[in-house]
Amino acid sequence: MTTMTTTTTTTVLEASGVTMRFGGLTAVRSVDLTVNSGEIVGLIGPNGAGKTTFFNCLTGLYVPTEGKVSYKGTVLPAKPHLVTDAGIARTFQNIRLFANMTVLENVLVGRHTRTKEGLWSALLRGPGFKKAEAASHARAMELLEFIGLAHKADHLSRNLPYGEQRKLEIARALASEPGLLLLDEPTAGMNPQETRAAEELVFAIRDQGIAVLVIEHDMRFIFNLCDRVAVLVQGEKLVEGTSETVQADERVVAAYLGTPFEGAPGAAEVAEVEAAEAEAEAAAAPDDAPSDTPGATGTGNSGTSTTGSEGKSL
Amino acid sequence: MTTNTTKNSGNPGGTGNNGGTAKTPAALPTSTLPIPPHIARIAVYAGSAAALIGTFLAWTWTTAFPGDLTVTGYPGGLQIITLVGAALTLLFALSGHGIRGLGWLTPGGTNSPVVLLSLGVLGSTGYTMGAIAEHLGGIVNLEPGAWISGIGALIATIGALGLPSDLPADEPHHNPWERLRASLKAPAPKRAKTLPDWVEILIIAASFGIGLYVFAYGIEAYSELFIGFLITTVFGATALNRAGLIPRLNALTAKHRNVTLTAAIIAAAMFPFTQSDASYALIGVNILIFATVALGLNVVVGLAGLLDLGYVAFLGVGAYTAALVSGSPASTFDVKFPFWAAVLTGAAASLVFGIVIGAPTLRLRGDYLAIVTLGFGEIFRITMNNLNGSAGPDLTNGAQGIPNIPDLEIFGWNLGIEHEVLGFTLSRPANYYLLMLFFTAVVVLVFRRSGESRIGRAWVAIREDETAATAMGINGFRVKLIAFALGATLAGFAGTVQAHVSYSITPEQYLFANTVPPNSAFLLAAVILGGMGTISGPLIGAALLYLIPAKLQFLEDYQLLLFGLALILLMRFRPEGLVANKRAQLEYHETDQLDVPDQQKLPEGTVGASKAGA
Repeated sequence: MTTMTTTTTTTVLEASGVTMRFGGLTAVRSVDLTVNSGEIVGLIGPNGAGKTTFFNCLTGLYVPTEGKVSYKGTVLPAKPHLVTDAGIARTFQNIRLFANMTVLENVLVGRHTRTKEGLWSALLRGPGFKKAEAASHARAMELLEFIGLAHKADHLSRNLPYGEQRKLEIARALASEPGLLLLDEPTAGMNPQETRAAEELVFAIRDQGIAVLVIEHDMRFIFNLCDRVAVLVQGEKLVEGTSETVQADERVVAAYLGTPFEGAPGAAEVAEVEAAEAEAEAAAAPDDAPSDTPGATGTGNSGTSTTGSEGKSL
Repeated sequence: MTTNTTKNSGNPGGTGNNGGTAKTPAALPTSTLPIPPHIARIAVYAGSAAALIGTFLAWTWTTAFPGDLTVTGYPGGLQIITLVGAALTLLFALSGHGIRGLGWLTPGGTNSPVVLLSLGVLGSTGYTMGAIAEHLGGIVNLEPGAWISGIGALIATIGALGLPSDLPADEPHHNPWERLRASLKAPAPKRAKTLPDWVEILIIAASFGIGLYVFAYGIEAYSELFIGFLITTVFGATALNRAGLIPRLNALTAKHRNVTLTAAIIAAAMFPFTQSDASYALIGVNILIFATVALGLNVVVGLAGLLDLGYVAFLGVGAYTAALVSGSPASTFDVKFPFWAAVLTGAAASLVFGIVIGAPTLRLRGDYLAIVTLGFGEIFRITMNNLNGSAGPDLTNGAQGIPNIPDLEIFGWNLGIEHEVLGFTLSRPANYYLLMLFFTAVVVLVFRRSGESRIGRAWVAIREDETAATAMGINGFRVKLIAFALGATLAGFAGTVQAHVSYSITPEQYLFANTVPPNSAFLLAAVILGGMGTISGPLIGAALLYLIPAKLQFLEDYQLLLFGLALILLMRFRPEGLVANKRAQLEYHETDQLDVPDQQKLPEGTVGASKAGA
């Protein structure tokens, strides 16, 4: 386990000038990103902005055309299993569990890099093997308890409901004892309650001293959760900063909603519509924290993000 | 068409056809034929009894038909098959009736086993009558006994088809075929009461004893008897499954795994002592070689999911290596290694070949790997053919192969001659059988231990989703190479024994497809037919795939055609193979039931050391 404390922030992940080209298409263009220990960093952007491609560059699934990625000061090799070994674990946008293995076995597979028993020790079954297996089981059950799936340890993972499959994927990633966890759309397809539970889970993971980098389309989720947010548009990092900075940035809004066209409703009309909306929302959900409205355009992002799908549909 | 409804099978008088219950459309037990259940049940009893009594009478007048069916007073040959089938039908019918003391026979379905068993009796009896008529020229050669048994079996089957189905139908089936299929379904047995350990172990031992007996009977059977045996075994095994006995036994064997393994090995070791005839022991040793190689292939295909179509080549590498160092006069090398050294050399040679073939090809995925391994299998055979001194360096004698491989001598025990042990005569094949059994046990152990470990889980993970597996830190290439090399080594082990058993080896023994196992196609078929990823699956699959062609030689040219047909049917109706891996069962048959394990393992699981201690 990493024993980084939040008092002294150290850089966990440092990506500098990462560029990924597929033939003539540049999916990611010289993106710099750092993640510090004890931090939750969000990565947002419209569909096709290159977020997942960037993730794949970080985890070694793709070899970046240019640039380098280093973890705690050492440059990462471009092999996924070595990246995991170094201490970066990830989940996938479309769930990729080992469907026909049990829940417990899935987590045990995640322990692969932290155990060293090879074929010989498996065949000979010495005391070291038994001890390591027992320790792995104990750790895996601990993690299942942490995400609340211990009672389903013997179920096949394919039989779990969707939300629990997402959680199990996180547990499997945590089993590799990472210093940095990459979450690719962890709340896709979840209802608001499940999303809130996922938020709690991410905070709990952060509290264990694991830095988190998360891709998400649900703006409320991102802005609740993240200490910093980076916006990726057409493969380039547009802006990076706190929730407020990002929400206030006109280019971000333009990337999601497009630039105002000729004859678009003026600021006055927009403000009017928003006031009405805010009123309606305040009436509907009085317990929600009122989002600060730095500008008329900024609220377009956060004000109505109850479904989490607006980024996609626009 | 009316549907017969009874509240349950134990109430044969219930003819509530037009009663209040019949009005509700949902969940009615149906029967294939519209016969009142009590009459149907009487028909089953009467028919089975008639079939049973008929076996004690003569079925034909001449001994020209194989097996002596002419004697009145005791059954012989195919009559025994009918006798056993009819007795089982009677027993299960009585159990379904709710006779005290027989309830343990049918923890699952009660009427579907009766249907299956009566169909089996009808099939085997009908086949016997047909075979006699065909063999001797006309049904005039049938004696009254055959007619009594045949008509009895027919009555029993009609009666069984009149019994209500075990599972109520959701909607009424109007098609008789649909109703027959519905009547063959049975509920899963409830969780068994926990018996004392020694009773459970005794049950396991007894089951293996029965299994050994049935297997030995099948090996000794001549063609006609074997067909009757096969019909009865197929229907009987399905019936036992429907009755819930096989699931119960599986639960027991899963609980006492080491006991099961020991019992299986002891039962298998008893086999040569039951065989006085060396040719049957030879079938036994060939089955064992085939099964061992199939189990080795199961590591590659079943666990790691790598489709290897040239696997028999590794058997060949082991066999050739052992032959070259065996001291055979035809060998290029004038050396005679002791057996243990020959085994290690053979296995090491296979290992090297496995790595040499695997290292470049395992970077390929799916179909490409299959094509490359298929090519490698052929390259091996052709190379062995060409290393004959004219087309290439003289190493393997080309097409003549290496003959006169001397018999083994282990600890002064010459495996080539007969031995008297405890009053039993062990023939040469029987000696090799026992030697091979040791290797099989080793391979079983290797399969089990490697499967249930970090490396085994990595294999399965790679099979399930290679990208996700690598993202979990698994070095896909390395792990696959280990699986491939381990599989090759295990085949090499078997090859070293095979060389000695078969006296001589030629390249033509290692084809991709052939009528005689082992060859790559049959090996793969044994794994898939038996059940991928299981231990008993490939063993059973190999036994069947060896015995059926060996016993049914009269099929000759149609053999491969029928084999293909059988595989297609199996894949259609039981894609997970004969022995279902728990995972595969759930994978292929979508059920909404959760896979809650049979025993509650929660307290054990929380300790977290359950599997490691096994």
